[in-house]
Amino acid sequence: MSVNYIPATFAVLRDTDRCIKCRACERQCSNEVHYYDADFDKMFVHEEQCVDCQRCVTICPTNALKITENPNSFRKASNYSQQLILENYRQAATGAVLLSSMGNPQDFPVYWDKMLINASQVTNPSIDPLREPMETKVFLGKKHTHITRNPDGTIDMSEQSPQLELKYPIMFSAMSYGSISYNAHESLARAATELGTFYNTGEGGLHQDFYQYKTNTIVQVASGRFGVSKDYLDAGAAIEIKMGQGAKPGIGGHLPGKKVSDDVSKTRMIPKGTDAISPAPHHDIYSIEDLRQLIFSLKEATDYKKPVIVKIAAVHNVAAIASGIARSGADILVIDGFRGGTGAAPTRIRDNVGIPIELALASVDQRLRDEQIRNEISIVAAGSIRSSSDAVKAFALGADALYIATPALLAIGCHLCRSCHGAKCNWGIATQRPDLVKRLNPDIAYKRLVNLVRAWDHEIKEMMGGMGINSLEALKGNRLMLRGIGLSDKELQILGIMHAGE
Amino acid sequence: MLQKEGAVRIPSGCAITGFISRDGRRITGADAIKSIAVMHDRSNGLGGGFAGYGIYPEYKELYAFHLFFNNNSAREETERFLNEHFDIVNLSRIPTRQVKSITNEPLIWRYFVNPLPTRLAASQLDETEFVTKCVININTTINGAYVFSSGKNMGVFKAVGFPEDVGKFYRLDDYAGYSWTAHGRYPTNTPGWWGGAHPFALLDYTIVHNGEISSYDANRRYIEMFGYKCTLLTDTEVITYIFDFLHRRRNLSLTEIADVIASPFWTTIDAKPTAERERLYYLRNTFASLLITGPFSIILGYSGGLMALNDRLKLRSMVTAEKDDMFFIASEECAIREICPDATGIRAPRGGEAVIAELNEEGRRKCL
Ligand code: SF4
Ligand code: SF4
Repeated sequence: MSVNYIPATFAVLRDTDRCIKCRACERQCSNEVHYYDADFDKMFVHEEQCVDCQRCVTICPTNALKITENPNSFRKASNYSQQLILENYRQAATGAVLLSSMGNPQDFPVYWDKMLINASQVTNPSIDPLREPMETKVFLGKKHTHITRNPDGTIDMSEQSPQLELKYPIMFSAMSYGSISYNAHESLARAATELGTFYNTGEGGLHQDFYQYKTNTIVQVASGRFGVSKDYLDAGAAIEIKMGQGAKPGIGGHLPGKKVSDDVSKTRMIPKGTDAISPAPHHDIYSIEDLRQLIFSLKEATDYKKPVIVKIAAVHNVAAIASGIARSGADILVIDGFRGGTGAAPTRIRDNVGIPIELALASVDQRLRDEQIRNEISIVAAGSIRSSSDAVKAFALGADALYIATPALLAIGCHLCRSCHGAKCNWGIATQRPDLVKRLNPDIAYKRLVNLVRAWDHEIKEMMGGMGINSLEALKGNRLMLRGIGLSDKELQILGIMHAGE
Repeated sequence: MLQKEGAVRIPSGCAITGFISRDGRRITGADAIKSIAVMHDRSNGLGGGFAGYGIYPEYKELYAFHLFFNNNSAREETERFLNEHFDIVNLSRIPTRQVKSITNEPLIWRYFVNPLPTRLAASQLDETEFVTKCVININTTINGAYVFSSGKNMGVFKAVGFPEDVGKFYRLDDYAGYSWTAHGRYPTNTPGWWGGAHPFALLDYTIVHNGEISSYDANRRYIEMFGYKCTLLTDTEVITYIFDFLHRRRNLSLTEIADVIASPFWTTIDAKPTAERERLYYLRNTFASLLITGPFSIILGYSGGLMALNDRLKLRSMVTAEKDDMFFIASEECAIREICPDATGIRAPRGGEAVIAELNEEGRRKCL
């Protein structure tokens, strides 16, 4: 029926003067957009299947391809966008919840872009990171400030809480094996090891092959408890309890059955081909005191040797929740903003639930200080840290370290087509199809991840030097280094910064 | 409208000087004036001040509060507060002499006080904490009153003006103490408020500082968690609170404090023997937010000693020298030569190296 016809979102433009009909695009496209018709001796397209992943564009030997927005459009209206209209068509046809992936693409304010960084001059010299030492090493964990001394007067250091040492203040955020491929996981694990930082297993368990990277692994325990075992807990340098995710606050993880391959099913300890849907809450956590029990069970299980991390989504009362968590024994708190990525989430939730990480981070940091417990817990900010300047601003707002995921995927080939839930990622990342996975070469990919983090680190140091700061400790929470631009008084007050020009 | 100190953060350059007689000989404030005056060009007439230790031997068991009042009603309100919390043993105006360049002076008073035992017991605080709380209370709640000195057997004298004029104004040649520090300020803005001049003091800790720290807000937001209130927004204020917190409340030694606030770089720490490495890791990590970056040279004055410290890159000049029982610290060598032409052992301490000079046994017996 024609009412079910969904026009293509993208137009595939092929320059026939350039095309040599080599059919590479046809072979490479997992969405089966391109095909060759021998009768006409011509390349044709199923345009409506195109997701704009740019794979064909990059491999075409003659640069014959361009993908653009489909110029055909419904009648324009600010209230009813074409996308909204189409989504209603889709739901009318299927009766199903809309699924999406990667971060919220809607036009909400990006506060990173409304903050400006300071530089020193005259009264305070800037520091040149090429000539002077510049430090970005970080320790995450509780910092008890009460000093006790041994009988000989030396400081008693035995009561210290476990600490995670990060050579770079950036870690790779949770992405489960299942949502991303074996090769993608291997690349992250090897890069974290080479960098001296951490990657996170996500909620899908840990493949046997990757136990060798345990010193740089954070293992996640989520509401589905997939792949959680004693060995698994022991394999992590730290354990992260996932209470929420910025992209989909209020619901659990979602792995489409198409991605549950043999290996994934073994690692997750679930049947092959079944959807892996984590429960919305942890079924043993209905309040903060239950969370405390889980924290201490995990500590008990690992001899109090590993920091326990609690990850929450940035929602309206995030500051109060964070303060509860800081008092519940957790060593590290992760706050995940509403623009953070996901392998699959209901569209309406991804696009409408939660708050920006900038505001959540600022209010949590301030609340913990007001309650005089900021030193009791480290804060990791996540959920759309897109560049080194976002990173600098996040540190100045009060983050101790950062998690990145989308930039890490970009480093290994992701083109942000936001189709991960389709399980047919042409770049070998968000897929389990062996022919696609092998397109991602971990030997190359891990080096690109290392490059990315080092490049960011270099830029962070450059900006710190400009502010006359030579160690990250002195940037953390240093909000005087930020000014807002085009923000209301209320926004400035929440961010705890002054306006540019003040 | 120009904002008052505390409403806005004002960067400044400065001159500092200090000396101590380790034998506890009492030296008049004239020497401190002479020394700081040579560095006239490092100040711009917008702030000068002194701290003298051992200057009130007759009242050495009592807290000496120096206060600025905008008017008599602020004074009366403060005296009511003091009477409720302390036994006031002596009170008077601080004697001054007219100096042409020093104008707009507030009322300047001195009180020798002792906490009321009943109030102290009821507060369940130790004595120093009680006194600190009272000082912070006056400064933040009584409009027009400001305690700028609150230690025992020591005192701060400061004003808006060139330091040599400030010294004359306060008749510092009439005071004698075993150690002195002095400060000349070069703010980039017009503060015009006497409380904003340096040294900054809390109990017997005083800081004179030359520099502008880039870690200011990180340090401020951390230290305010422990009950301090940074009302002046100056480096000197936050550094004083850091010393008070780490020294008095956390019992770190002065060199341990230097390892926190001007910590060695990680690469340097990594090259140390195991025990030392672990100690430095512990201190730096535990008090990570108290690392101070950016240029600073400070002299900390306390009962019985002086400590000099530079930022870890040594971005500000500072030299030390000795002569017999005397130990000198100053931004420039000339400030030392001016009062001790044949001082020896002139040395520029390394960045992050704490240099400490204290009363010797004889000095302690005489002065403490
Ligand atoms: S890859 Fe390029 S040249 Fe080859 S068939 Fe496709 S469009 Fe034509
Ligand atoms: S991971 Fe693959 S499917 Fe997901 S957005 Fe990136 S390129 Fe597209």
